[in-house]
This record gives sequence, C-alpha cells and structure tokens, in this order.
Amino acid sequence: MSNLIKENAIANDEWTLVNLPASQVEERKQAGKVVLFKLTGEQTVTDEQIAGTVIPTTGKVIVPLSVYVAQKDTLKSRMNAGSAGIWLDTHEALETLISNVDDINNLPIIAVHVERFADGRIFSLGTLLRTRYGFRNELRAFGDVLRDQLFFLKRSGFNSYLIRAGRSAEEALASLNDFTIPYQGAVDEPSPVFKRYNRVV
Amino acid sequence: MYQYDEIDQKIVDERVAQYRDQVRRYLAGELSEDEFRPLRLQNGLYIQRQAPMLRIAVPYGMLSSRQLHKLGDIAAKYDRSYGHFSTRQNLQLNWPKLEDTPDILAELATVEMHAIQTSGNCIRNITTDQFAGVAPDEIVDPRAMAEIIRQWSTFHPEFALLPRKFKIAVSGTKDDRAVVQMHDIGMEFYIDTNQQLAIKVWVGGGLGRTPILGAVIREHLEWQHALTYCEAIVRVYNLHGRRDNAYKARIKILVKALGIEEFKRQVETEWAHLKDAPNTITEAELARVAKHFEAMPYETKPAQDASFDAAIASNPAFAAWAKRSLHAHKIAGYRAVTLSLKPHGTAPGDASSEQMHLVADLAEQYSFGELRVSHEQNLILADVKLSDLFAVWQKARAHGLATPNIGLLTDIICCPGGDFCSLANAKSIPIAVAIQQQFDNLDYLHDIGDIELNISGCMNACGHHHVGHIGILGVDKDGSEWYQVSIGGKQGNDASLGSVIGPSFSAEEMPSVVQKLIDVYLKERTPEELFIDTARRLGVAPFKAHVYLDKSLAKEGVAV
Ligand code: SF4
Repeated sequence: MSNLIKENAIANDEWTLVNLPASQVEERKQAGKVVLFKLTGEQTVTDEQIAGTVIPTTGKVIVPLSVYVAQKDTLKSRMNAGSAGIWLDTHEALETLISNVDDINNLPIIAVHVERFADGRIFSLGTLLRTRYGFRNELRAFGDVLRDQLFFLKRSGFNSYLIRAGRSAEEALASLNDFTIPYQGAVDEPSPVFKRYNRVV
Repeated sequence: MYQYDEIDQKIVDERVAQYRDQVRRYLAGELSEDEFRPLRLQNGLYIQRQAPMLRIAVPYGMLSSRQLHKLGDIAAKYDRSYGHFSTRQNLQLNWPKLEDTPDILAELATVEMHAIQTSGNCIRNITTDQFAGVAPDEIVDPRAMAEIIRQWSTFHPEFALLPRKFKIAVSGTKDDRAVVQMHDIGMEFYIDTNQQLAIKVWVGGGLGRTPILGAVIREHLEWQHALTYCEAIVRVYNLHGRRDNAYKARIKILVKALGIEEFKRQVETEWAHLKDAPNTITEAELARVAKHFEAMPYETKPAQDASFDAAIASNPAFAAWAKRSLHAHKIAGYRAVTLSLKPHGTAPGDASSEQMHLVADLAEQYSFGELRVSHEQNLILADVKLSDLFAVWQKARAHGLATPNIGLLTDIICCPGGDFCSLANAKSIPIAVAIQQQFDNLDYLHDIGDIELNISGCMNACGHHHVGHIGILGVDKDGSEWYQVSIGGKQGNDASLGSVIGPSFSAEEMPSVVQKLIDVYLKERTPEELFIDTARRLGVAPFKAHVYLDKSLAKEGVAV
C-alpha cells in the first residue's frame, strides 16, 4: 500500500527520490556566532557527495537541490519534460532554488525534506513557495511526516505528503480535516475568519 | 469579557476531539514517547516529577465567575482540590491523570476554556496588564487587540513548531505592568500625533538562561498591521532561529547574533510582502471584539463613601488590608481589589477549590461576574464599589484571601520548583514559605515597604528572578540544592536585570540572607527610598559585605 497522500486521497508514487551519498566529512560542532546559516548548525553538502550522487537515467526523479545546481544543464531538459523535480532540506535557502531555475513552474514537483517532526521551518518554506514565488505544481513533504503535521502542512501550501514508513497513510488522512474553520488566513484560505464570516456580537 | 460565538466554540470542541484521539493513540502504543511529547505540550500537558501537570489557558488573565467555578470543580474532581496560578496568568493542575486529561479539556470547553498552546514551541498565551480597562493611567485598553492576536495565533499553521516557545505581551498604559520588554514580542499601544491607535513594537526580550531586555524594532506601527508585522517577525525567527540547542533557540539569541539593525532589516523586507495582506485587521473586526470589552454598567457614585471611611477609621485590620490591596479605578467610587494568594506559609499562587468558588461568588456579587489573574499570582476583582469593600474583605478574610501583603516582601513570585517541576535544580516553594515565616510580622513588613522578591527553581526563570528587587535562583552543585541571590532587578518602564551578590547559599541560610539584605536597606535608606532605590543607589557592595560578613559563611558558600 502506498504511503503517499495527494490532495485528499492515497495515491501511487510515481517519483523516485534521489538521495545524496553519506558525507565523509566528520561532523564539526559549529561555533554558532559567525554567520547566519551557521547558526542552525547543519552540515553543508560536499562536492564529493554531489559527484557521487547516482541519478537513474530514465523515469521520474526528484534530485537534491545541490545536485541540481551543479548539474542543471544536463537536468534541465528532463525538468522541462516533466520528469525531474527538486527536493531541498528545511535549512536550505529558497533563494538558491529560485536563482537557479528560469521559471519555478517548469518544475513539476518540489519536495521539502523534514528531518524531525519538530522542525517547523517546513511551514514557512511551503508558505513562501506558494505566496512569494507563485509555485503552482505539486508541493510535497517527506521525511519525518506524521499525521499530526498534516493540517498545518496543508494550510502552508502542501498538497502531497509522504507519510513516514511504518505509519498508516490511511489513518493520517483524517487529520487533514482536524479543524473546519481556522481563525487566520494562510495559503489554502488567505482570508482570516473575520473576512469570511459575518461575526456579530 | 470576550464571549465565544459558534466559530470559537467549534475550534475548542474540535481540539478536544483531536487531543482525545492523540491520547488514545499514545496509550495504544501507536505514538512513541517522543512523538507524543510535542503534541501533549501544545496542549499544556507536561510529564512532571510526580505526575502530569496540565496548564489551562487564561487568555490575558481574564476569567468569568462561571469559569472559575468550573476550575474549582475540575480541581476537586480530577486533582487534589487545588490549583496553582502561574506567572503567565494561567492555572496549573499538579496532579491530574493523563487518562483524564481529554475529559478535563471537554469540561473546560463547556465554559469556553482550553489548554491550547500553553506550552510547547509555539506562540503562548497573550498576556497583559491585570488592570486593563480600569486603570486610571490607561491610554488604550489592550484587551481587544490581545483577543485578536489570540485568535490569529491559535493554530497558526506556519508557526506551529517554532524553534522555541514564543511569548507576546500587550500593554496600553504609561506605567507598563505587562513587562513588554521581557517578551519575545512586546506591543505597547498608544495614541499617535494623528490621534490614531498605534503600536511601539519591542522584540527579543526574555528571561531564562540569558536574560535580555527587548529592543524597539518599530516605534510606530498602525494597529491594522499588528498581525502581519508579527508574521514577519515570527517568520524570520522560524526560518533562522537556532534549532540545534534549546538554550540558544529563543528569538533573543537570534536578535543578538544579528544585531537589532540587521534583524529589523530582515523583518522589514519580509513585511514589505505581507503588509496589507488579508490578515490585516479591519475596523469592523476591532469594533466587534472591542464590544466585548465595553465599560461595565457602573453606577454614578461620589468619589468618597462614608461607610468605607468609617470602617477604615475604626478597623485597623481592614485599614491595613485596604492600604495594600486596593488600586485606583478610573470610575469614581470604585476600586480594583487584589485578593492575596500569598498567605504566609503556603505555596505562592495556590488556591483551593473552595477558595476558587468563594472568589467566583465574590466576583458575581460585587464585580460584574468577572475577575483577573495577575502575573504576580494573585486574583483581582476589578470593579468593586467602595461601599462593598468591607463585605468583600470580611468574606475574603474568612477564606484566607486577605493577607494584607500585596506588594510587600511576602507577596513572593515563585515558580513550582523542585517539588513539582522536572527541570528544577532546586525547590522554590519551601524557600518562599521559610521567608514568609521569617517575616511574619505585618508592621515590620509595612515598614520595609514595597519590594518584590522573586524565586525560580532553575534558569528557565518562570519565577522571573532576574527582575525581582531581590531575585533567588535555584542552582545545582554536585547534586545538592543551592541558591544564588541577586539584587537590583526591576520590571516596568525602567526595567533592569539584577546583579548576583556572590557565592550561593544553602536552603537553611536563605531566610537570614534575606534578613541581612533588608537590614542593610533599613540602615542605609533615605526617608523616601524603597528597597530598589537604595539597591540602585548603593550597588551590590554594601549588601554583599554585610551578607558575607561572617567569613565562615563565605567559605562555605559555593561559587557557581
Ligand atoms: S523556573 Fe525552572 S524549576 Fe521553576 S517552574 Fe520554571 S522550569 Fe521549573
């Protein structure tokens, strides 16, 4: 059974996720004050990892942002043919993605990898991709994706959710509708409740 | 106060259903401990040393009689017949059973209450001045905006899982009682030169391990933009705040790392996109919510009341209480009343079920059926007629709610500490109780005058020790409990953080340490000085010298 939810239903996953090989660089603890992106203490992708990434030559693939940036000339035609998408980690900068594509809507899919449930950056990334950059195609969350994030992910512009292996996507579906009338405007419903309803005292 | 319509009610009802299912999945083993943690926290449920603790939201400290009766019932039915009012103006139950928590929330929902976002890494309860709406020095009643911000922040999808907790306070007075500088975002409402409602926005304040006063990020913001501007701030924080180290994850660390100018630049860049977005507040919405906070149907009264004056003249106990517990009111003939939850010898902020029912009845009978919780952990009846005060006092006194110590040394702000909290380094309640016993003489307390003593059981600073005129912090030294003492902290417009006086003390030493600090003050003060003034004028040195005079004490003390 597929663990993918698309829109409001279980769907077959036609995409192959391309992963980076494990980093050989020993993890160093960041000092934590130098520059902004280092504040979060995440590893950056190494050249060896990019070079060592194996992309299947046929079929639909979602490649890491760093690999796409390094090999965009070869990947662009697949992208324009609708058979290559990009995924990024929650600590990667959207600006990198935007400045390396001609038109974000040439991408059939963007996927955001969330390593830990508690990492709420994914919600801001989804919101920005939809509202700031006008992305209209499939926006997928994958990684530590569990049913209790779904309502928030949906409201932040995601429409595709790959539930973590070992958890029931069937049961998770119910949580897309945990609340019927949210207070604030967000991606899926831009108007706040006070503009949608006539709330009289 | 604000009353739910069907939309508000549906949201809390759906939350109960969602949470009930989360608890069911956890108990059935479908959710691991780690997965359940962020879910239960977002609903105010901690797993403590002894039992779970459930924190119930009291939005900006406002309660109705009906709600307080319900809280009293819940404490009796599901707990040990008492609750603890916290420095966030919330109510904590210390002994509920995990299995019962969905039912507790269902009962709360029947009186328009909940535990949404009372803990966890999300936007917490919005707090404000306990005298909002009645204070004579109030420029703007901030409660309508507090309610609008509450609704906006409730299940805000983009900010559901922030790097760390996020606290917003609003104020509308000259004399800031909401400590806006001590919050992740502080909003000070005022009327600008065009006679329009405007906001001065502070960011990056907070206590905890790294206490920092907030910085002004915007001097002038039109009220319509309150939500979109908050979105810009929280978005920058959500994306760039540290997530690798819980102690460095608050927004204050990001603001400090970037500098307020750079942080402001990023926020303004973000806001340029968000300004005038749909979440911009409309006149109609402000008017709708403000209707709930319209003035009470006050009677026209003279400024003086003969029966009150007579009672003051003839009854010294009543006069002593009135002196400490009554606060000026913008309507002639009315007073706001603080009911002390700090009787000497019990945990500060605790109220029994019986006391909750009594206060609910007093509010019903004498104060339009409403009351407030203060961040000093007392209860407030905001609208009492002068002619009713004697009756209120008699009833409150019969139930241990009229200790005339408001604002005095024994009106201690104190976190639950090591008796309940699993994060604690040391117990805090027994220290408060020991100090109350040491100073169990009301004439002496009045002579010492206004002073704030705050105790936290660890650096998380829930007891706001940094801003206590005297601050006490529980520290752990090789597994035993020690207490670090600071003086010179202050809340309010001229807020400051206290300075540590030296090596820490054992629990037994604490009452005498406080006594020595007071001795120095009484000796050195000028006639018009309060403790904080003397402490600021003289600095730490003379206090330190006296406290550590006994050399053996200094040697025993441990530097931490
Ligand atoms: S200050 Fe520390 S000990 Fe006290 S309640 Fe907060 S976390 Fe617990």
